[in-house]
Amino acid sequence: MADLRSNFLGIKSPNPFWLASAPPTDREVNVTRAFKAGWGGVVWKTLGEEGLPVVNVSGPRYGAIHSGDRRLIGLNNIELITDRPLDINLREIKQVKRAWPDRAMVVSLMVPCEEDAWKKILKSVEDTECDGIELNFGCPHGMSERGMGAAVGQVPEYIEMVARWCKQNSRLPVIVKLTPNITDIRHAARAAKRGGADAVSLINTINSIMSVDLDMMAPSPHVDGKGSHGGYCGPAVKPIALNMVTEIARDTETKGLPISAIGGITTWRDAAEFMAMSAGTVQVCTAAMTYGFRIVEEMKSGLSDWMDAKGYQTLEGFRGRAVGNATDWQYLNLNYVVKARIDQDLCIKCGRCHIVCEDTSHQAITNLVDGARKFEVIDAECVGCNLCVNVCPVENCITLVQQTSGIDPRTGLENDRGYANWTSHPNNPSAVKAAE
Amino acid sequence: MSLSTVTSTSSRQAGSVSPPQSGTNSAGGIIAGRLSAQDYAAGFADIHPALSKHEAFVEADRCYFCFDAPCQKACPTSIDIPLFIRQISTNNDLGSAHTILDANIMGGMCARVCPTETLCEEACVREAAEGKPVKIGLLQRHAVDAMMAQAQAHKTHPFKRAAASGKKVAVVGAGPAGLSAAHRLSQLGHDVALFDAREKLGGLNEYGIAAYKAPDNFAQKEVDFVLGIGGITPTLNKKLGKGIHLDTLRRDFDAVFLGIGLASVNTLGLSGEGKLAGVREAIDFIADLRQAQNLATVPVGSHVVVVGGGMTAVDAAVQAKRLGALSVTIAYRRGPADMKASAYEQELAKINGVIIRHWLKPVRLHGNTGAVSAISFESTAMIDGKLTGTGQITKFASDMVLTAIGQILVSDDFNEAMTVRDGKIVVDSARATSLHGVWAGGDCTATGEDLTVSAVEDGKQAALAIDRALRA
Repeated sequence: MADLRSNFLGIKSPNPFWLASAPPTDREVNVTRAFKAGWGGVVWKTLGEEGLPVVNVSGPRYGAIHSGDRRLIGLNNIELITDRPLDINLREIKQVKRAWPDRAMVVSLMVPCEEDAWKKILKSVEDTECDGIELNFGCPHGMSERGMGAAVGQVPEYIEMVARWCKQNSRLPVIVKLTPNITDIRHAARAAKRGGADAVSLINTINSIMSVDLDMMAPSPHVDGKGSHGGYCGPAVKPIALNMVTEIARDTETKGLPISAIGGITTWRDAAEFMAMSAGTVQVCTAAMTYGFRIVEEMKSGLSDWMDAKGYQTLEGFRGRAVGNATDWQYLNLNYVVKARIDQDLCIKCGRCHIVCEDTSHQAITNLVDGARKFEVIDAECVGCNLCVNVCPVENCITLVQQTSGIDPRTGLENDRGYANWTSHPNNPSAVKAAE
Repeated sequence: MSLSTVTSTSSRQAGSVSPPQSGTNSAGGIIAGRLSAQDYAAGFADIHPALSKHEAFVEADRCYFCFDAPCQKACPTSIDIPLFIRQISTNNDLGSAHTILDANIMGGMCARVCPTETLCEEACVREAAEGKPVKIGLLQRHAVDAMMAQAQAHKTHPFKRAAASGKKVAVVGAGPAGLSAAHRLSQLGHDVALFDAREKLGGLNEYGIAAYKAPDNFAQKEVDFVLGIGGITPTLNKKLGKGIHLDTLRRDFDAVFLGIGLASVNTLGLSGEGKLAGVREAIDFIADLRQAQNLATVPVGSHVVVVGGGMTAVDAAVQAKRLGALSVTIAYRRGPADMKASAYEQELAKINGVIIRHWLKPVRLHGNTGAVSAISFESTAMIDGKLTGTGQITKFASDMVLTAIGQILVSDDFNEAMTVRDGKIVVDSARATSLHGVWAGGDCTATGEDLTVSAVEDGKQAALAIDRALRA
């Protein structure tokens, strides 16, 4: 059976599935339940500086979007960092870590951008015997209005500065949690690395307004008629997170920087995908907040079974293996030709492939053949765009098949032309010309 | 297609009746009050209860919004099913109902009585995909019920009449065809005089289908809803040839639509028929049951034999069983595949304890002191493509024999003037008869299957054709 043990910055956990810093990790009772359920680690909900406790709204904190059958695919929240007294959190962290020594216990922190404030909290956190700290530079609502959270994460110089303070004032591994509410995640990651951070974690939540109440004419959910943007997470944000993780993994400056991936991870497959893009651990929140902690059982068994099937004995066996295949558009093989193929035995004749191709793409799928309802690909029109595959309700009914010989009836060109990309394409004014 | 296949793939689970709680009065003869009040209530409750809001959302999400949707093509009235289901899924039940009713003003009754398993739901791609079609009929009912509740509560109607055309149209017969024609004609701006032979409007919806398919007086509620558009003046107890005549209607109105149904029935042609008590037409038995204020007053035999193989036979048989008959047998002269009752209806009969016997033709009624005591059948077989008696006789003891062997057109009033073929009024694709200014639809014509939904389509198409003719 595959070995799921994870060693991230020296922080050991029996599996790579951590609960992200969020409502599920705000208190001892929840975290104990999580560990009993089998989670490998937690990032304790963000602690702030000592003083008057944080105040949350008493109206709704969460909003959601659903897909069919009311499946929750996106969640947003306006909850702030922990609203419990610092000393209680610290005491509980220490208790839980002692009770569960084999689990990862990372503590998320957010204090004002002053070195003394960081020094002070770092000292107290170290006393809990936790395994590491995560700097919350991502929270996009509320705290960012007070110069913390995303307000720090959006300025690379601040990221670097605070990361450096933490490294200088603590023996603990430092993970910088990044906000996606920026234009290029690489600048933030590079700054964290320059500041000496041991790792980055991403993504934090995305600025979002979930919906508008058309009776109240106000954002929904609203608090007494007024709404504020919140942080968006859940399955719908996974592709955004995956891109940002990939960008950091393949950036020359940050390549090799350990990553704890966050963003819509719901199943073992999501986790495996982030790890294939170099993540050392994955952090989960929305899936647990949708289904409860028990989902980790599926994640662990699924990952283990897949690793067994693929012959990967440890996480390191496949970690980062997909990074080399993530590239820029300009390096994609323009001579690679695929055509859609519809398995007529699997086809249920809903006709969605036809109508989307007809209305919005290339008119490359029939609806009638010899007068009968039948959906077939017209190779002379098919550009292999994959839209039909994506809209087909039946798994594997439509597939893209590589054309390796003969002539592409659409272009009149040979299918077997070898690799060539945009950099040398004749239509590219900046193409690299072969030496004459 | 085997029965078991059909029932497992249909979204409609054939409803079965729970056994009587307090015992059945098993006395012989045709008597009323065989069951307790609870048993009557349970046996005649809605056979396919409405979806809850949640169920409707879950079911609506299953629709794939197909291109050129097979379900829509399978609907005789061409309801835009993908659109109306999408409207339900976006919490727009009234908009959904509008989509349905625009194509089929009797979408409420059709949702209840259509054999969806052979129409839209059979064509649903999810039937092909996983053997579980989207519950189109129940979703349609969900939307239309919402609209009818709204219309009833606020005295509104979803459609507005066009500017008055000044034309008057006579619609004869207030069943599904006539009501559909009347509504569409009114909507198009014409004034409609609606005549019906009976005491209530609705035709077979009111008199001819099983009570558990449309409980709570739904047929009359729907009539009220349809008439809610205005411009339709009903006249009851007027039958073509008795009180009204086609020639005077043609003279007094700009156009005439006939939706007169099939007002008479075939007889067994056996001696004793019409004399022996306990032998009667199934359609009359159903009508009496439908009109009864209290089901405990509806008499039923102890051993009932229904002769026939259509929907009426099943409706009569199942209701007889649910009224407390000890045994009910349907005898049909051909095989299961020839029965006009759908596979689902046949299954419904069996689940309710009705025995279906095939390849039997009635040959003799037996009487005892003026009442039927048994009926004999001769076995039949297809020999050289012809249904032939084999000579083997089977006798069933029975104190109630219901005949459901087909209805026939009463055409005395127009026999000379209009082309009638094979017992049906001949119409073209626009539902025009051979007689200028007269259109017809529903069971009295041979346009499609004798279904409510087909009749509604006939009425709609005829109205559109009449409108074109009146504006030409």
